[in-house]
Amino acid sequence: MSTPPTVWQDIARKGLWQQNPGLVQLLGLCPVLAISNNVVNALALGLATTLVTALSSATVSSVRHWVPHDIRNPVFIMIIASLVTCVDLAMNAWLHELYLVLGIFIPLITTNCIVMARAEAFASRQPVREAAWDGAMMGLGLTSVLVALGALRELLGKGTLLAGADKLFGPVGHHLSLQLAGPDYQFLLMLLPPGAFLGLALLIAGKNALDARARQRQTAAANPAPLANTGTTP
Amino acid sequence: MSRHATHIAQPVTVSRVMMKVLAALLPGIAVSVYCFGPGVLVQLLLATLTALGAEAAVLRLRQRPVAPALADLSAVVTAWLLALSMPPLGAWWMIVVATLFAIVLGKQLYGGLGNNPFNPAMVGFAVMIVSFPAQMAAWGTPLAAMDAAAQLQWIFTHTLPAGSSVDAVSSATPLDVLKTGLLQGGQDVAQLLQQPRFGQWGNAGGEWVALAWALGGLWLWQQKLIPWRTPLAMLAGVLAVSLPLWLWQPAHYASPLFHLLNGATLLAAGFIVTDPVSGSTTPLGRLIFGFMVGVLVVVIRVFGGFPDAVAFAVLIMNMAVPFIDQTTQPRVFGRKGGRHA
Repeated sequence: MSTPPTVWQDIARKGLWQQNPGLVQLLGLCPVLAISNNVVNALALGLATTLVTALSSATVSSVRHWVPHDIRNPVFIMIIASLVTCVDLAMNAWLHELYLVLGIFIPLITTNCIVMARAEAFASRQPVREAAWDGAMMGLGLTSVLVALGALRELLGKGTLLAGADKLFGPVGHHLSLQLAGPDYQFLLMLLPPGAFLGLALLIAGKNALDARARQRQTAAANPAPLANTGTTP
Repeated sequence: MSRHATHIAQPVTVSRVMMKVLAALLPGIAVSVYCFGPGVLVQLLLATLTALGAEAAVLRLRQRPVAPALADLSAVVTAWLLALSMPPLGAWWMIVVATLFAIVLGKQLYGGLGNNPFNPAMVGFAVMIVSFPAQMAAWGTPLAAMDAAAQLQWIFTHTLPAGSSVDAVSSATPLDVLKTGLLQGGQDVAQLLQQPRFGQWGNAGGEWVALAWALGGLWLWQQKLIPWRTPLAMLAGVLAVSLPLWLWQPAHYASPLFHLLNGATLLAAGFIVTDPVSGSTTPLGRLIFGFMVGVLVVVIRVFGGFPDAVAFAVLIMNMAVPFIDQTTQPRVFGRKGGRHA
């Protein structure tokens, strides 16, 4: 048997897969559904959320001994809101076009449940480094769901991938954009809200199917099945 | 059943019921083919093949027996209803995509026949009307002189042989013409209805198709396969909204007859709201369900963004069915109060 996972590996596995905020905890669904209409938007919002979650978890953890229990939530929200304001100003300054597209969803990171949930459930009880790592992993878990959903919707809805990547990566991004279908191709349903719900449901179902298969394989490996009764005697 | 004694009852199987539903659709199909040409049959064929293929594929994925599910013909009924709601000369991929959504998303992902909360055909239709409004609005021109070869060429390659005009294969439906006409302003309903597209009763050619659906529905009722409550309640709902509006301002609102003979009203009354799986099943619930579908059809047609509304009305009311059924449980004989049945 392999060595038991370290605490770091355990946190990473939980954030990225086992307790994935988008697929398992179903937290922060509003931006997931609203901003996943293409990969670039999804990636940008995902990374911004990751940054905020990691920084806020670290901050919350570092002040955890001095925050009175009764007013912890207002304090956490103040911390998160100030960090979001920093990200908001930074994106307005350096990624202005993208900032215009994402609009209200950047300030709304403040109210994203996943940020608050990690502050409350993890960061307020754990050391700083673990908390920061947890925030980053949860954020990346959310980002991966956002990007997968964004890719699905962009591909089926418009037949492109990473369209408008220059907004995120600068001029070099022009070479990243892929046009996989004719310019007239459009499947409106996937770009509209129903596409977000259908896509997310399919991703969740896919994850559950993979987990079920893994569990089956584990139990099969743990106790080898008795010889199959084929109805014939050797 | 014979009039003499000793009857041996035929067992009522799903496939027998579905077979009769398909038979009840035949008169409407015949009139459709007469009106819009053999393209209708191509749509039916494409839908049937796609539905059976999709059903088999998903059942195999779900590791369920394939043959009995295909033999119960429920997928074929869904396919036919969908094909008959779609533009008769729509491109081949439209009906294929619509059927895939209907069978895979609307039916099998919920667990197959008997478990789908939404009418699968209407799911497929709604997906298409939301995604491709322009293509879905291009209905065939009724009684346009166009031979079978030209229709096939149009459906499969989206090109026309020399000498044919696009007008022959795409004209807006009367509902669409009326809606756009009223939105543009300048003309009232009576003036708009002067156009040849509307014919004498508001839907040239189409009214015979609609009446043929009604005939099929009546036969299903006579065969005791559909209850009378849902269809009648639906028609009452259509009247309940369209009649007052029309009496109030006939210049702005089309007549109840127009709403009855246009779009999928009569097809829905006979074949769609009567779906035993996604519709309500209690006696009072059927009345409520049907009535509200009828109300919503006219409300969405008149005040909404899309020309026809049957699919949306049915899907919205499908969502309400569990609630309706729960609150309208009939009283069980021998007990007091209906809620504790």
